[in-house]
Amino acid sequence: MKTLILIIVSAVFVNNFVLSRFLGICPFLGVSKRIKTAAGMSAAVIFVMTMASAATWLFYQYILVRFRLEYLQTVTFILVIAALVQVVETVLLKMSPTLYRALGIYLPLITTNCAVLGVAVLNIQKQYNLVETTVFGFGAAVGFGFAMMIFSGIRERMELCDIPVPLRGTAIGLVTAGLLSLAFMGFTGLVKQ
Amino acid sequence: MQTAVLTAIIALSALALFSSFLLAMVARAFAVPSNPKVEEIEGALPGANCGGCGLPGCSELARRIAGGNASVDACPVGGDGVASKIAAIMGASFVGGAVRRAALVLCAGDDQVAEKRFHYNGIRDCTSAAILFGGDKACSYGCLGLGTCAGVCQFDALHMLPNGLPEIDPVKCTACGKCVTSCPKNIIKLVPVDKRLHILCSSHDKGAKVRKICAVGCIGCTKCVKEAPEGAIAMQDNLAVVNYDFDIPDTVAAACPMNTIQIKVMDGSGEEAEVKAAAGGEA
Repeated sequence: MKTLILIIVSAVFVNNFVLSRFLGICPFLGVSKRIKTAAGMSAAVIFVMTMASAATWLFYQYILVRFRLEYLQTVTFILVIAALVQVVETVLLKMSPTLYRALGIYLPLITTNCAVLGVAVLNIQKQYNLVETTVFGFGAAVGFGFAMMIFSGIRERMELCDIPVPLRGTAIGLVTAGLLSLAFMGFTGLVKQ
Repeated sequence: MQTAVLTAIIALSALALFSSFLLAMVARAFAVPSNPKVEEIEGALPGANCGGCGLPGCSELARRIAGGNASVDACPVGGDGVASKIAAIMGASFVGGAVRRAALVLCAGDDQVAEKRFHYNGIRDCTSAAILFGGDKACSYGCLGLGTCAGVCQFDALHMLPNGLPEIDPVKCTACGKCVTSCPKNIIKLVPVDKRLHILCSSHDKGAKVRKICAVGCIGCTKCVKEAPEGAIAMQDNLAVVNYDFDIPDTVAAACPMNTIQIKVMDGSGEEAEVKAAAGGEA
């Protein structure tokens, strides 16, 4: 239990996917203009990353290892994740239209996101078991959502600020992201691994 | 080495094949029947995704119409033809009759007749030019002639002429309104194509100033107001403005000393060529 809590804290704060691993920067900058869209994206990422972690771990342990195809890890993970998300999207449309409408437009966006692929690869590197893998995927996604919510909140307030013209838009966004990242670096040393 | 490459290719192909089979199975098992009307309506719509209706695209409008949340004639581009087709699909009745509209640039100040204040050397875009002291035209209301409107037109109806003014083909124009919103000077208007008489000026400057900087601007002399039927042309801040609810006889154009009032045949019946105002038009 202690390991699992440590994994979550580590994934959310210490090794935050966006702010200290610099994975998933594309949606981090792309859909963070409004808190509402950021929340939708975060929910979709949590959903996909948790599932993708478990699925890729199973796929790696029972198929790739068995056929000694470990070197195909990266390529096959992309394929597995993309197929998984597509299947889930189709099932969701039938089973829960409400959830589909909430997550629908974000799901295809993150099929080949580097954060999702990153979590899958890291799980294998860190030699987690299935439970740890799923928890790590969930924690990493929560960390992503956490960073998204903070960042979109700052961006919404920044709209009202008098920003120098050359810095408006993505430029000030990147500066803010950098400062935010510095702040998150303060968590380093919180968990001794 | 070769076997490794071969294994990789075979493994990946197998995986891809398996996933596509899986996807196909899932798609069949979890197929959601959608309203067939949506597809039919989308087929009837122009499919230009221009956003003229105010929605993100034709498919969204089709969904709205099928759901009863939009009227059958909500597409401004399609006109009566598309509206009646959609009405047939929806089983609703549609009475056409609304006059088609087309965009018209309310400025005749081309490079020969309108003065410039400075030589603009920046980005070739009206919005950029307008940010820089309102652009290079001496008239602060005039067309900047850099073709932002021509760039947004999806229907090939708007082209820049060599004299620096846009020309709109009223037959191709679908009144989607994109050029209207793209113009930083706000001088493109949608006008009914069955009307012939137009005042091609948007300047609210006083007559003396207009005279100095533009040979074809409205100087606010009110001659046309007096010639035209009561209420058909009104003065708004030193500018004569046509009320398109009225039918104004072509002869009114002759009253304009600046030749600002032009007769344009836009309904596509008798050539698109401008018909010069009758006697005295060249004065």
